[in-house]
Amino acid sequence: MTRRLINRHPSAGSALILGALPFILLALAYVFFSATRLADNPDDKLLPAVSQMVDTAVRMATQPDQRSGNVLLWADTYASLKRLFLGLSVSTLVALVAGVAIGLVPYVRAWVAPVVGVISLVPPMAILPILFITFGLDELSKVMLIIIGITPFMIRDMAARVAEMPSELLIKAQTLGASTWQIVTRVIVPQILPRLFDSLRLQLGTAWLFLISAEAIAATEGLGYRIFLVRRYLAMDVILPYVAWITLLAFLMDFGLRKLNTTAFPWLTRRAG
Amino acid sequence: MSLVVENVWKEYGDQTVLERLNFEVPTGEFCALVGPSGCGKTTFLRMLLAMEQPTRGKILLDGKPLPEEPGPDRGIVFQRYSVFPHLTVLENVMLGLEFERSPLVTRFFGAERRRAMGEARSCIASVGLEHAIEKYPAELSGGMQQRLAIAQTLVRRPKILLLDEPFGALDPGTKAQMHDLLLKLWQEEGMTVFMITHDLSEGFHLATRVLSFDKVRRDPQAPNAYGATIVYDLPLDDKEQRKPIIERWRHQLAERQSQFVRAGI
Ligand SMILES: Nc1ncnc2c1ncn2[C@@H]1O[C@H](COP(=O)(O)OP(=O)(O)OP(=O)(O)O)[C@@H](O)[C@H]1O
Ligand SMILES: [Mg+2]
Repeated sequence: MTRRLINRHPSAGSALILGALPFILLALAYVFFSATRLADNPDDKLLPAVSQMVDTAVRMATQPDQRSGNVLLWADTYASLKRLFLGLSVSTLVALVAGVAIGLVPYVRAWVAPVVGVISLVPPMAILPILFITFGLDELSKVMLIIIGITPFMIRDMAARVAEMPSELLIKAQTLGASTWQIVTRVIVPQILPRLFDSLRLQLGTAWLFLISAEAIAATEGLGYRIFLVRRYLAMDVILPYVAWITLLAFLMDFGLRKLNTTAFPWLTRRAG
Repeated sequence: MSLVVENVWKEYGDQTVLERLNFEVPTGEFCALVGPSGCGKTTFLRMLLAMEQPTRGKILLDGKPLPEEPGPDRGIVFQRYSVFPHLTVLENVMLGLEFERSPLVTRFFGAERRRAMGEARSCIASVGLEHAIEKYPAELSGGMQQRLAIAQTLVRRPKILLLDEPFGALDPGTKAQMHDLLLKLWQEEGMTVFMITHDLSEGFHLATRVLSFDKVRRDPQAPNAYGATIVYDLPLDDKEQRKPIIERWRHQLAERQSQFVRAGI
């Protein structure tokens, strides 16, 4: 008896192989095309050999730069992550406070929700020049771009999650004698935190996008700055490892937030059984 | 608490859900609310909670107008979403005490915490959940969740207990257990109970009075024009438990009468 396609599941082993296959194919394709191009022209810059990329990456991660005296990879990573974390922390905090207030308090909803809705439609990149003009070319404008880029969506997401909580729970809390403050701190926030981390996770990609854009336009260090700087020399041996490094960092953040949700909120995953 | 419902109507737009509700319920009465689906039983409970306001008429609790928002004097067990999914059984029951006694941090520490835990534990034991004290609601069966909801409601000792089809999803055995439990708690606490049920035998078994909702007027052209009202109000006077309730009620009525007389009305 054959089963429908939707009912056939790969075993754990074959799932692993299936998942790894695209990575292996990509790597093989890269090695193959890089080798053929280098055979034609040993000075080709577009697809540098893997060995060359490893050499460059090791150099960037261990040896100080002649001009600045910094080890570039770490200096860039530190600068970028600082901006990113600053922006993400502010956004998350604002989204939590504003989202709960909008979702729970009718007066705040009437007052704030329309303006947040409109602001969330302004393309952040279009106001980047305004940010540079008002906040200057240094750190603040880059952090502000991240904040402006992701906060309105996170606020709307949080407000929607609060508003869609079963009204029975709010009524129930009131029949147990809870004040608004007690409802916020004991009923709403604890249940909304995992949603907040989920929302943050989904905004990570966007945050990176704004960070790299801002760094590409005006910065003196940072992962995005470096990539756009060496682009002038077609230094693919720097760009590709940097892209891989950024991807790894993004993956680790995503993974960390997911782990946080499953360990910090046991009630989310436990089921009768 | 005694309840007076005076010519109460509830309309949503041009749909009349409930109309001409008139009755009095003495303190300690156990009312079963029955009637066809969609006739407005839940709407009536929601008005008692002040989640909804009547569009006409008024509801009096102990002679005073119903408060305009839900409060700890009226406890509710919903059919679903009655317990907090992010709290364990113990925390769910403790929460009511924390709301009451710790307005700012809503948490207990030290001796106060131990005392509250003792209270919550005995409340949990009275519904037979002491073995599941550390579990989250998602780890409980439907019957256990309803028992938790009852314990959580009772820890604040409400004067009125509202139950919306609390045992609809339970098997007959668990249901019978829950009936015994509910009757015991009702006797001990002296609450006034309103319980919606679709199971007539359950209603007659538990209650001291059965209120049956239905439409008396129908317009085939406009099915929403008329609402449901109370078509049968059946006091179960042959029940032993009803006698003291009525006795007390008579006493109160007589007292009210003599007050009026003294006031010269
Ligand atoms: N917020 C609302 N807005 C509009 N109509 C409503 C609203 N709440 C309830 N109704 C209507 O009121 C009527 C009665 O609903 P209610 O939930 O009170 O019925 P019920 O007697 O509890 O039914 P059931 O036994 O199926 O639970 C329904 O026709 C419903 O459509
Ligand atoms: Mg109902």
